Amino acid sequence: MSKAFTPSAARPGVITANDLRQGHNVWMCEDGWTADPRQATLYEDEAIAELALLQAIGQANLVVGPYLVEARRGPDGPEPTHFREAFRQRGPSNYFHGIQVDQQAETQKTETAHV
Amino acid sequence: MFDVRPVETDYVRHRAAQFRAQVERRLDGSLTEEEFRPLRLMNGVYLQLHAYMLRVAIPYGTISPDQMRTLALLAQKWDKGYGHFTTRQNIQYNWPKLVDIPDMLDALADVGMHAIQTSGNTIRNVTTDAFAGAAFDEVADPRPYAELLRSWSTDHAEFQFLPRKFKIAISSGKKDRAVIAAHDIGLRLIERDGKTGFEVWIGGGLGRTPLLGQVVRDFLPEEDLLPYVEAIIATYNLSGRRDNKYKARIKITVMERGLDTMRAEIEEEFKARRRDFHGADRDALSVFKDRFRAPSFRNAPVDGYEAERAANAAFRSWTDTNLHAHRIDGYASVIVTLKAPGQTPGDASAEQMRLLADLAERYGHHDLRIMHDQNVALPHVHKSDLPALYAALREANLATANAGLTSDIIACPGMDYCALATARSIPIAEEIADHFRAVGLEEEIGNLNIRISGCINACGHHHLGHIGILGLDRAGVENYQITLGGDAYDIPAIGERAGAGFPAEEVVPAIDRLLRAYLEVREDASERFIDAYRRLGPAPFKAALYPAAAHA
Repeated sequence: MSKAFTPSAARPGVITANDLRQGHNVWMCEDGWTADPRQATLYEDEAIAELALLQAIGQANLVVGPYLVEARRGPDGPEPTHFREAFRQRGPSNYFHGIQVDQQAETQKTETAHV
Repeated sequence: MFDVRPVETDYVRHRAAQFRAQVERRLDGSLTEEEFRPLRLMNGVYLQLHAYMLRVAIPYGTISPDQMRTLALLAQKWDKGYGHFTTRQNIQYNWPKLVDIPDMLDALADVGMHAIQTSGNTIRNVTTDAFAGAAFDEVADPRPYAELLRSWSTDHAEFQFLPRKFKIAISSGKKDRAVIAAHDIGLRLIERDGKTGFEVWIGGGLGRTPLLGQVVRDFLPEEDLLPYVEAIIATYNLSGRRDNKYKARIKITVMERGLDTMRAEIEEEFKARRRDFHGADRDALSVFKDRFRAPSFRNAPVDGYEAERAANAAFRSWTDTNLHAHRIDGYASVIVTLKAPGQTPGDASAEQMRLLADLAERYGHHDLRIMHDQNVALPHVHKSDLPALYAALREANLATANAGLTSDIIACPGMDYCALATARSIPIAEEIADHFRAVGLEEEIGNLNIRISGCINACGHHHLGHIGILGLDRAGVENYQITLGGDAYDIPAIGERAGAGFPAEEVVPAIDRLLRAYLEVREDASERFIDAYRRLGPAPFKAALYPAAAHA
């Protein structure tokens, strides 16, 4: 668990939580919360991140258990640095369930759009 | 057929309605998450790695066909089409939405089921021998006593805020199949001088400090069960530590304070408490004994069974491994393993649950059991029905002939689902099972208990595996420690760590070396892995696990 993580320019981070009503994993983004981790806001400044975390905690009507966790900048958005967060962003390995389902659907949609 | 009234339906409905109101108050902002969390946990609702999780109680693993169909309904209507049976003989749903859980609890209440006390620092689901009422070596049916403990402990006002969770198991056979040595209280039904009673164990548990229980009372007359158990828990409730949750289980209390001190306090408390029991418990027990009366067993020839065994090698192989001896001639208890190739240990689909319910009605006197090793049993099947039962199970991928073999692995959900896990368990279990099936060694290896936990909390009981595997996070990489020599049954033992952990991709090769070494050193096929380990000690097995170190 990385709940006490503090981001910096060298080690940026994202804010993640669970959706209160449905339970799925969500990430804080520019206009609220997203189920797509690549849309998450990447924080490189401790003070800004702490303020955002306070805002997240204040949204207890929407999410449960928000925390800051390390992430790195990737070509399509923030990427996990630890396998726990990688599993949260993908879903379980024994069934094709969870976020990987949405991601595949989106990829297929994109591929179809490019045909 | 047993009479299904495990709990008073009105009470369960009342609790479901209460939880519905609590969820509404959480959603409208009247309750904070801090206020709501203990309320949801009291109803078995956890927040896990990907979603909420609902744990439903299956008291002492005994379940009727209608209840099983309701579990299937929950899986299909509100989850992703399957459920996960646990080592506490319960079921967990991995994907419920909070807003749907009140409806799920209502559906459960319709068949007298619930999720009460499946979490929290309370007395949890009482577990027992899955072959209760059926086993050839049974002293007495443990289910009336388990039900007495369940009804007494449900909402017991004094024991809602214990220092830590509390688990009770009852064993009823000459052989312990309920793992009583690894429980806070273990009760072993025994007979002495013509009287039925219990050998009482306390202080067992796994987790980060694995300890085997000790006998606190070598014979407790069965009529004193409730006052004595109450005395144990009352003593622990006062003397158990509340300053450190990792030292709060009764196993630590017993270790720190000593068995003799605990025993003296328990006996003192027992004297006082016994006076408050005026026979209501005895009346309840007699009702429960009637509820669990034996079904009307058939007396029929078993020629068809023997003929099918002679004609069908696959059927013969399944009957060799997946039957347990029944106390009635012509009958057997059937183990349906939830460990088919590619299957997650303990998972059953809604379709499989419905089929098991149908088959229990058709062939099994309407009785089903969830086993602590994440399998399902039909305790009473006449042998003449076994060929038809086998054929029906096979259609649903439920006839794998592997009970007690290498691929019959206990595994916790691990980091595929659990928020506490430090590594995954399920893929390791699947890879080991696939490998030994592929190399064709499973039958030759014979009886073997492999158990896998994805963190030190040890839900996969790795300490009790002949081979235990513990998944850890080592500098951001999954790493697996191997323990050897654990045993849950014959001679209870905590496995010993063999050495440095292995990266995930090296676990299967390591287990392969280990088991090939066992095949080399065993005296003959009747010497199981655990027997060879006891005879030879760890050295030859460690050498197989760490060949480079052995040659260095």
